[in-house]
Amino acid sequence: MNKQVLLVEDEPNIIEAISFILSRDGWVVKTHSNGADAVSAVLDRKPDVLILDAMLPGKSGYDILRELRADPATRKLPVLMLTARGQVKDREIAERAGCDAFMSKPFSNADMLETVRSLASK
Amino acid sequence: MTTFNILVAVCACYVLFLFAVAFAADRMAMQGHKPWLRSPLIYTLSLSIYCTAWTFYGAVGSAARTGFEYLTIYLGPTLVMVSWWWLLRKLIRIGRTQRITSIADLISSRYGKSNLLAAGVTLLAVIGTTPYIALQLQSVTLSFSVFVPEASTAPDAQNGTLALYLSIGLAVFTVLFGTRNLDAKERHDGVVMAIAVEAVVKLVALMSVGIFVVWGISGGASEALARIDASEFGGWQIDRSRWTGLIFLSAAAFLCLPRTFQVLVVENSNEGHLRTASWAFPLYLGLMSLFVVPIAVAGLDLLPEDANPDLFVLTIPLHFGQDSLAMLSFLGGFSSATSMVIVAAIALSTMVSNHIVMPIWLRLSTRGASVSGDVRHAVLMARRVSIVAVVMLGYLYYRASSGGEALAAIGLVSFCGLAQVLPAMLGGIFWRGATRAGAFAGLTAGFATWLYTLYLPSFGAGSILPVSVIEFGPFGVDWLKPDALFGISGLDRLMHALLWSMTFNVAGFVAVSLLTFPSPLERLQAAQFVNIFDHSASTRSWTGGVGQAEDLMVMAQRILGAEEARALFSRHARLQGAKGDLPYPSPDFLEVLERELSSSVGAATAHAMVGQITGGMAVSVEDLMAVADETAQMLEYSARLKEKSEELSRTALELRNANQKLTRLSIQKDAFLSQISHELRTPMTSIRAFSEILRDTDGLQSADQSRYASIIHDEAQRLTRLLDDLLDLSVVENGQVNLNLREGMLGDVLDRAVASAAIGEDGARFRIDRVPEDETILLHTDLDRLAQVFINLISNARKYCDAPDPGLTIRVSRENSAVIIDFQDNGSGISPEAADMIFEKFARVSDQKAGGAGLGLAICRQVMARLGGSVDLVPGGEGATFRVVLPGPRAMAAQ
Repeated sequence: MNKQVLLVEDEPNIIEAISFILSRDGWVVKTHSNGADAVSAVLDRKPDVLILDAMLPGKSGYDILRELRADPATRKLPVLMLTARGQVKDREIAERAGCDAFMSKPFSNADMLETVRSLASK
Repeated sequence: MTTFNILVAVCACYVLFLFAVAFAADRMAMQGHKPWLRSPLIYTLSLSIYCTAWTFYGAVGSAARTGFEYLTIYLGPTLVMVSWWWLLRKLIRIGRTQRITSIADLISSRYGKSNLLAAGVTLLAVIGTTPYIALQLQSVTLSFSVFVPEASTAPDAQNGTLALYLSIGLAVFTVLFGTRNLDAKERHDGVVMAIAVEAVVKLVALMSVGIFVVWGISGGASEALARIDASEFGGWQIDRSRWTGLIFLSAAAFLCLPRTFQVLVVENSNEGHLRTASWAFPLYLGLMSLFVVPIAVAGLDLLPEDANPDLFVLTIPLHFGQDSLAMLSFLGGFSSATSMVIVAAIALSTMVSNHIVMPIWLRLSTRGASVSGDVRHAVLMARRVSIVAVVMLGYLYYRASSGGEALAAIGLVSFCGLAQVLPAMLGGIFWRGATRAGAFAGLTAGFATWLYTLYLPSFGAGSILPVSVIEFGPFGVDWLKPDALFGISGLDRLMHALLWSMTFNVAGFVAVSLLTFPSPLERLQAAQFVNIFDHSASTRSWTGGVGQAEDLMVMAQRILGAEEARALFSRHARLQGAKGDLPYPSPDFLEVLERELSSSVGAATAHAMVGQITGGMAVSVEDLMAVADETAQMLEYSARLKEKSEELSRTALELRNANQKLTRLSIQKDAFLSQISHELRTPMTSIRAFSEILRDTDGLQSADQSRYASIIHDEAQRLTRLLDDLLDLSVVENGQVNLNLREGMLGDVLDRAVASAAIGEDGARFRIDRVPEDETILLHTDLDRLAQVFINLISNARKYCDAPDPGLTIRVSRENSAVIIDFQDNGSGISPEAADMIFEKFARVSDQKAGGAGLGLAICRQVMARLGGSVDLVPGGEGATFRVVLPGPRAMAAQ
């Protein structure tokens, strides 16, 4: 059975790009574009890997990550954080919130694939 | 036979005795036995300083020459004491409250603390007093010569040496007892006591001689009277004008002589003493003058023709072999001379050191007056040097003068000179309109007239003034003759000088006072002097009523504090033996209370407050003025403090606001950079991802290929727009915009803006309410830029209006020639905090709905500034209202 990735992102074109890349590699890609109910979406779908954008309408990616890490069910869920704010402090905030990997936009498709693969094999 | 040496020994012993008296009195004063030292009796006796050797010897001489005229010299002071006691009381009160140290100080204080005036009066006093001191020295040497006939009466070598030793002795005494301390009130208990003792010696000596003459020689009172009747005194007539003049002169002198002023005002310790002195001093004078005529008549009858009448007091006892009586009489004369010299030296040295030496020293002293001990030392030194100088000046005058002058003449010349101070003094304490310039003019005119008509001629024709001037007037101008100014002759020289000097003095004083305006300090001093009884505390001012004690207590608590006030009140209640804690508001208690209060709120305020409660007086305008004077400074000071602290807190507030604004801006700038980064990276992410897909993916369907290419294209466009905005802002900000000025209708510009901004990305149309007929205004401006501003405002309204049915009203109006366009939405408006920020760069009202980068309004404001107009948020009202104003010259009516 193919592994499942949940992508939480609000920018339609980026959703389409990442979905395309991961689908070609055999992943089942689910998407969600709102921050407010992202946590319940994760709990519902139980993905193998979560890709989480930092800036989302409704609730920030960092807050969502903190909530997930507080819940035993999702404490160990591998999470890749994406952010378009390319500042050092964004990476720090993300790591403190408990992400497993961090990538800043724009990214190379190969790196994205590599990172998701390594997160899934953990 | 009394020898020269015995006389010297007697004098030395007497002076030593005076030293002892003065020393003992000073000791007692230091041990606190002041009541006895400062009794009315001592005060009265010290006033006898008025009677000098001139009076002691000269009165008899004067009587022998001019009959009863000598009485005028006693009548003047008697009149002052009896009928002008209220004037004296005022002088003494002023002296005490103003801490007056001399007559020069009084004049200077009254006229705005003018040191020039003080120096002038001092000069006048020194010039007027020096001959008088010389006179005392002369009288002592004369009296020596009576005992030692082989010595001549002229001030030859022997008499000169005697006078020198006498001067030195007196100077030493005065320095020792006159400058022991530097009391602000300048009271000298030791000296005053010595003067009082000398007063007794004078009186006893003169009365002893008188009694000897009446009962020892003439054989009883009736025989003495018969002898007087037989002499030329019997048919003697009074010269009215001369008598009036002399009485006036002696009265004026009594007030103005430095030495009488010293004992009368400066040494006075209690105003109440005046009541005793007002009858006791005239009595003293009466006793002093009682035997003058009998002695004079006896001298004229019994002594050889060539006997000097000035010395009858000595020569009669000697003639009848009464050596010890003569010795007593000699001591009386010696007392008169020494006491005069001592007090005159103290009074003059105070003036000279305070008004001449110290001002010069302070000016010359390079170190300045920073060290108080230094100044104290300097003042004492100045005082001592001045005493020695004053006494030595008298000695030199004695050596220089011919010595042949009749004693009385020198005295009257002196009196007349010092009387010149009188108009300025009386005017100063009774007339508020008197000014410094007036006082100066009067004094100068009077002094000059006195110098010319009396003082200089008194040296004798040809000694200072050439004979020709005295006989024919200066330069032969007849009406300027010193003895007959303006051709008025027939008066004797003294009366002539008195008349003219006083006329010029008073005229100058009054005229110049009326013509000039006093300085503020002068006006204040004038009020203080003239209304002294309203401003200063006096026991008799208050009569407390029952039931006021409580009010006083309340007031005292407020000022002194509850504890202290209660302690004060209950202490006095106990002293009065009153029941409870409240004393009866007796005058004594009120005075104590006023003093306590005045240390907190100032004398005038305390007086007014106590007066208000006890009803002892209504608070007058003068009181209010005095209170205002006291508080004005405090108020001014505290107002300045308040102003400063307000300024400080204003500055602090401004700084805090500025800092907050900066902090907010800095946070927003960080947020903006993140936002810019996000806005740039998001399209770039899509572009990069899809271009990699296109590059790396084999066998991509052509539909997908073209779709991905168009995504890349759109995102590239989005990037370009963003960069355009950023560049636009930086261009407008730097003022590098090239305006494309064209003519166009306002309505068309609005149409364009509405068309491009009213439809959102979601396709919903935004309701906009306009009045097209108002919009037919022809503009000459950069229409594209104006449209850019309108678009921004409309799209902001669309994005941020939070009403359920969002709408925008656009209204155009004219004000003068300016065009006003208001954009009002129907939302909840913009909060005042946000209103401060919205026109700043990078500012956005809310993060969540921020579609733009927060540059729109900043750009609008810059654009409108470039177009010569403005865009502002109209405060208040419903919804958010932005007002665009286009200036008149560029806006023209279409029709």
